[in-house]
Amino acid sequence: MNWQVMIDSIPRLLGGAAVTLQLVTLAALAGFAIALVVALARLNRNPLLWMPAFGFIFYFRGTPLLVQIFLIYYGLSQFPEVRDSALWPILREPWWCALLAFTLNTSAYTAEIMRGAIQAVPRGQIEAAMATGMSPLTRMRRVVLPQALRIGLPAYSNEVILLVKASSLASTVTLMDLTGVARTISSVNYMPVELLSMAALIYLAINFMLTRLFKLIEYQISGERRAAVRDPLMAAGLHNPEALQKAELK
Amino acid sequence: MSTGLKLAAAAAAAAIALSTPASAETLRIATEGAYPPFNFVDASGELQGFDVDIAKALCAAMEADCEITAQAWDGIIPGLNAGRYDAIVASMSITPERQEAVNFTEPYYQAGAVLVGPVESDIMPEPEALAGKLIGVQRASTYANLIEQRFPDAEARLYDTVENHNLDLTAGRLDGVIAQRIFMSNWLADEGEGYEMKGEAMLDPDILGLGAGIAVRKEDTELLERLDAALTQIMDDGTYDEINDRYFTVSLKPQR
Repeated sequence: MNWQVMIDSIPRLLGGAAVTLQLVTLAALAGFAIALVVALARLNRNPLLWMPAFGFIFYFRGTPLLVQIFLIYYGLSQFPEVRDSALWPILREPWWCALLAFTLNTSAYTAEIMRGAIQAVPRGQIEAAMATGMSPLTRMRRVVLPQALRIGLPAYSNEVILLVKASSLASTVTLMDLTGVARTISSVNYMPVELLSMAALIYLAINFMLTRLFKLIEYQISGERRAAVRDPLMAAGLHNPEALQKAELK
Repeated sequence: MSTGLKLAAAAAAAAIALSTPASAETLRIATEGAYPPFNFVDASGELQGFDVDIAKALCAAMEADCEITAQAWDGIIPGLNAGRYDAIVASMSITPERQEAVNFTEPYYQAGAVLVGPVESDIMPEPEALAGKLIGVQRASTYANLIEQRFPDAEARLYDTVENHNLDLTAGRLDGVIAQRIFMSNWLADEGEGYEMKGEAMLDPDILGLGAGIAVRKEDTELLERLDAALTQIMDDGTYDEINDRYFTVSLKPQR
């Protein structure tokens, strides 16, 4: 291992990491929004809504991401109609092609996570909301989605971490993301072990911060856990009067 | 058939039988398989091309069995040093940087680099003319170094294979590509309608090297000598010219 090469490569690799983070953040945000629409369509009884949603999820979960990127980047550009269309200034750029592929791919997985989470909300909750006379929309907004968010969050954090790693495929369409920079430098100095190890450490750091971020969000939306911290007695399991009395006696 | 000829044939057969060791050694050779006509995978999945035929001719001259495998370009030198194969015959240019990692035989062919762009474009292989232009090039190739050092103001886009940068050239994403002259002239003849070579071929030995050589591990000095001897043999006995003419109209035989 050549440590000097590893240290010297850090600034350029961090430049690549910025591209990776940019792609992942935008794809995750846009993918989340699309996924919500797809998940709700998937759960609808109207075949005109659930069938396209089913097809979308089926295609993007069932084909490799690399194939999707290549089809969008090299595939679409083969059609003169696409090259002459108003979309070409966007589809011409590898950055947009990669972002489009990542967004569609992650939205399909996220939609399935959301569908599962929405269906996991206890039936009694929905019945109670109906009993109080909430409209379906209010019910969704006030009762179902907040609970679904808590149920689906652990699975969703997994999906975002997978997205960070999958983003390394951006290097196959000429983008200088973290993997692209590592491959380019190692192609000149023939030290792939040093460069890829350094890149792996940066991926680890990104994903470590992501897991912390999701832990924080999970904590923020879990009322009972925050209450436990605010009330130390409750945290100690001393929330019943008898136990409290015993504790005071000591 | 006369008795004399029969005798000669029998003698030749005996000579071959005697000269072939009981257990012939196996020479494991890597090539890229994505650089037609030098090395590529044909419709039936077999590796073909100039490099592959040269490799087979060398094995025949060395009386060894050939085991040729395809290996992605950016991992081809690490794979050699990791012992996954014994030699690389993959149109690899001999450069000082690569010579730090591996040893090379004498060059087995020489070709230059060329800039290719749309017929209507006025780009030229000159630093000012390429400033700000998007030029496609293969990652980890000497052509990438050529752009970096001779045309620093050009914006280089790095591709995994030359096929991909040509695809993007025809899609209109690039102003031009810089790649090996013979490869590009074949591409222009086959599918490069509307594109042409711009300016003169670039022969820059400092960057492009002395030509393509066969790479072996630093410690395999004996194999290096035997490959060099085999190379001289096939160049002298006409095998090289015969292979050359299968693929090219001009001779790539290096000046020695």
